[in-house]
Amino acid sequence: MLPLLCGLLLLASCSGGSPSALNPAGTGAARVNGLWWLLFWTSVAVFAEVMALLAWALVFRRGAARVRHGQPLRFVVILGAGLPFVILVAVYGVALRDLAALGAGPGRDPLTVEVIGHQWWWEVRYAGRSGATANEIHIPVGERVKVRLRTDDVLHSFWVPQLMPKTDLISGETRETWLEARQAGSYRGQCAEYCGTQHAHMAFLVVAQPRADFDAFLTRLDAPARAPQTDAERRGQQAFVQGTCAACHTVRGTGAQGRVGPDLSNVGSRWSIGAGAVPNDAGHLGGWIANSQSVKPGNAMPPQPVDAARLPDLIAYLRSLE
Amino acid sequence: MSTTTSTAGGIDRDDLARLAEHWDEPRSLRAWFTTVDHKKIGRRYLVTAGFFFALAGLSALVMRTQLARPEAGVLSPDEYNQLFTMHGTAMIFLFATPMLFGFGNFLVPLMIGSRDMAFPRLNAFGYWVFLFAGLFMWASLPFGAAPNNGWFAYAPLNQEQHNPGLHMDVYALGLLFLGISTTSGAINFIVTALKLRAPGMSLNRVPLFVWAIVATAFMVVFALPALNADNAMLFLDRRFGTHFFDPGGGGNVLLWQHLFWIFGHPDVYIIVMPGLGIVSAVLPAFTRRGVVGYPLIVLAIVAISIVSFGVWVHHMFATGLPQLSYSFFSAASTIITIPSGIQIFAWLATMLLGRLVLRTPLLFVIGFIVTFVLGGFTGAMFALTPFDQQVTDSYFVVAHFHYVLLGGALFPILAGIYYWLPKITGRMYHEGLARWAFWLFFIGMHVTFFPMHLIGLFGMPRRVYTYRGGLGWDVGNLISTIGAYLLAVSLLLTLIGVVHAVRRGRPAPADPWEGDTLEWSAASPPEPYNFPVIPRVHSLHPTWDERTAESTTTGATEDRILSEGRRTLFTSELDARSERAAEMPEPSFKPLVLAGALLVFFISMLLAWYPIAIAAVVTVAATLAAWLWPVRRPDEELGVAS
Amino acid sequence: MTDRGGAVAAATGAEALSTELPVGRPTSWWGMVMFVATEATLFACLLGSYFYLRFQYGPQWPPPGIEDPKLLKPLVMTAILLPSSLPVMWAEHGIRHGQRWRLNLGMAATFVMGTSFLVLQGTEYDEKLHMFTLTSNAYGSLFFVITGFHGLHVLVGLSMIGWLLVASLRGGSFGAHRHDRVRNVAIYWHFVDTVWVAILFTIYLSPRL
Repeated sequence: MLPLLCGLLLLASCSGGSPSALNPAGTGAARVNGLWWLLFWTSVAVFAEVMALLAWALVFRRGAARVRHGQPLRFVVILGAGLPFVILVAVYGVALRDLAALGAGPGRDPLTVEVIGHQWWWEVRYAGRSGATANEIHIPVGERVKVRLRTDDVLHSFWVPQLMPKTDLISGETRETWLEARQAGSYRGQCAEYCGTQHAHMAFLVVAQPRADFDAFLTRLDAPARAPQTDAERRGQQAFVQGTCAACHTVRGTGAQGRVGPDLSNVGSRWSIGAGAVPNDAGHLGGWIANSQSVKPGNAMPPQPVDAARLPDLIAYLRSLE
Repeated sequence: MSTTTSTAGGIDRDDLARLAEHWDEPRSLRAWFTTVDHKKIGRRYLVTAGFFFALAGLSALVMRTQLARPEAGVLSPDEYNQLFTMHGTAMIFLFATPMLFGFGNFLVPLMIGSRDMAFPRLNAFGYWVFLFAGLFMWASLPFGAAPNNGWFAYAPLNQEQHNPGLHMDVYALGLLFLGISTTSGAINFIVTALKLRAPGMSLNRVPLFVWAIVATAFMVVFALPALNADNAMLFLDRRFGTHFFDPGGGGNVLLWQHLFWIFGHPDVYIIVMPGLGIVSAVLPAFTRRGVVGYPLIVLAIVAISIVSFGVWVHHMFATGLPQLSYSFFSAASTIITIPSGIQIFAWLATMLLGRLVLRTPLLFVIGFIVTFVLGGFTGAMFALTPFDQQVTDSYFVVAHFHYVLLGGALFPILAGIYYWLPKITGRMYHEGLARWAFWLFFIGMHVTFFPMHLIGLFGMPRRVYTYRGGLGWDVGNLISTIGAYLLAVSLLLTLIGVVHAVRRGRPAPADPWEGDTLEWSAASPPEPYNFPVIPRVHSLHPTWDERTAESTTTGATEDRILSEGRRTLFTSELDARSERAAEMPEPSFKPLVLAGALLVFFISMLLAWYPIAIAAVVTVAATLAAWLWPVRRPDEELGVAS
Repeated sequence: MTDRGGAVAAATGAEALSTELPVGRPTSWWGMVMFVATEATLFACLLGSYFYLRFQYGPQWPPPGIEDPKLLKPLVMTAILLPSSLPVMWAEHGIRHGQRWRLNLGMAATFVMGTSFLVLQGTEYDEKLHMFTLTSNAYGSLFFVITGFHGLHVLVGLSMIGWLLVASLRGGSFGAHRHDRVRNVAIYWHFVDTVWVAILFTIYLSPRL
């Protein structure tokens, strides 16, 4: 049974699509992955020892076995205390080294990302940049990026299993961690500290990209949002800016400067709607605008009284914001 | 073995008649509400805790149904969040501890050769409070007002501003209410074990189960106040505008976590320790020898109960505290596994030297060893900060603590149910049915919780009411749900087995397993006075020991029969020398009245009916004053020198 | 079964049964000691919370707008509460010798001292409430909750003492052979006194350190 399980583990850990800690793509997660396999094989060995003793008793100490009345204290102390002590000291040492490695943050003047937790989405800002994005953190590959964590309301926890272990977001305080991706790609992260009704839908994506692409992203982040090109988009923009949307959302370069909800300046290019609640496509976007409460009950956005005729325009506009 | 008719040795029919007269309670409604018999109270604890267990288990089943596939709509998020909170809160506070206290209540006086607990009326009071507090908390669920912030209820999500409604008021008040029961029960166990042991039961002859219960009780006495302080401050924050956990007003949200885990980590051992005690109690009967290394096990129990107060920060490894404190708490958390290792290998040695009698209780003990050891491995992993930071608050931790708690508490509880059922009910259970229950439970347990390790490692956070497909979590969740249904079936079989035993089981002899502790020398079920003659204990295994047996037959003496009243014997704390016979209290309504007044108090606090709350406090004070009012006696008897 | 037969008989005879002879600690003593232990832990948690919040708060404590607590009144309160344990001890010793008058007098004296303490605490609150309340900030919450919780304990202690006094004045309740309740009330009262010292240090003295 045991080898089967191990096989299953190994197999699953390499499967794509899963934000698996056993399939690390970052320096931090890789360290912990090494520690995990050390712990795993140690546990397998000790478990085998215990099971062997148990099996021995079950096979040879039944039926007519003669009861022996000794007190083998040495057996108990050596196997129950001595051996575990040696093993624990060893793994503790390894873990201490890993703890120090995780604690060693990026060097001086690193690229700094500000991540602010909200119920239930992630606001993402870059130090020195005015623009913001949401639920998507772009980082350059191979660089150690500092992440500064704050929360606007309750506790959250910042976790990207393939890149870095968790750091909690503490109300009233600031915490720091770092990310370093070794390969380009998208890595799913999710809030890991229970934070209320929609804790289940508070995911984000870390997009590790080559430096040039990342720089382009940063440049776009400061520029005004893409201007509407078609009539539908223009009507959509008008509806957005003059309607209720602008009260809560920002689109850079327009009259919409709300700060309650996520900045939508590049919403068209994002991976999801509602922090991982649904995929980002026209159908889901329309559903979200009309009544996000049916998609993500409890979120802060009330159902919008949008004219059915206007909805396609609004969708077209938002989809165009890349 | 029957004690009602034999009149051998130093005890005669008249003594038995007198004992019956002083201890018997009539079968009436009044007697039902007024009883102070530790056996009846113990049984009630077991049944009531079992009822809350069923509710919490059904909550889990509904949650597992919701999680069987991605994006299911069985439950709304708010329903799910209340259910997972009630599941955890009830399993920890309303099932595990009270269930084990139920065993303790029934067994401790019997194991130490006493006729009741030290404070029988306090014992009755503790039960009523437990019942009322449990109903108080569960009653909030149908109103949609159940606690909804997880069993550890972190600030600031527990604050009025982020969590309006009564949810967290129910949590804070319910746990404060329940704390009264747990604390009074713990003090009762400590004093009972110190003062009411049969003569000759010096500290080195105290059964390991009693050691475990007493260590547990000490942990309750020193750990529970932290939870009470936390909840009192929470309620004040919510209702009266204080700022303990409000960063905007100079408070601090991590204060909640520190206080909670200063309680919470010892609480893990409060739950597991009596379970380990049950294992030590069950093994001798089914290995035909005493547990190896008695002093080592006692030492391990004491060490765990002390060190458990120094490891709480490992629940906060992701909160960003200084690394130095992490290194310290990581080391302490690593070390605490060693006493458990000693116990595991002491039990293994016992099994390797004894002769195994493979009845259901032993099967559950073996299941316990397998499961608890696995939970111990992941426990040691959680002591290591970097690994903890990766998998805490994921399904890996859910798997871990279910291995520890089902392994360390539920397997032993089930072993204990089958082991002591003959003693408690006077009936034997059906072995075939019980074996089915065991195998289904064992398989169901691992099918449910083993996959959770994997889906946790694959990145699934805990406490999510749903998840998206295609993230590698679908299969694991489905398997886990299937396992949960297996578990439900096995527990249903256990329930059927118990009911069958009570209704149809063949009458149990006094000592069906040839056990070693004193409860097996009492009748099954025991007489209201437990022992016609309080034994004089000559060894660690008194029921296997002829001299102890002789002390209750031919060697019975008047000072241990004590048939002149409702009496038991007080002995000295360390070496259990006879001190004096003590009069035990009669049945009384006061415990029920007091608990009822407290219930009124907590309900009116919840609903902000403060004048009624004040009236309830006055009733509490008046009841206590009447309860403890000294009996009037002539001056000569009092020794007044006027 | 002949061991110490005489002693056992003496301890279990009719007289011993009805007189709570001082052999070993009685169960009620252990019960009260454990109760006080758990209560003391509760106070330790509250005082621990005080220091935790204080050191997490920042350099200025009490927070801006609140002066350092004045010492005169709390010192007077201390001078009343601490010695109030003496009459209790005197009363307890008295009843052990069967002197009921000492019990009555001692308890009455303590009752008066405890009540004076509470009255002074009332005037202290009156002063503080002009400056800050329970809801002003965490400092106010800590101040009123910790001292209020202690005041509640004084009140409970006074109820016990009053209850004891009433029972004793009625006669036929306590004597040289029956004074468990007196001893337990005394333990509780000493505890309430001792805790006050810790509170005095925490609330009144530590901000000046």
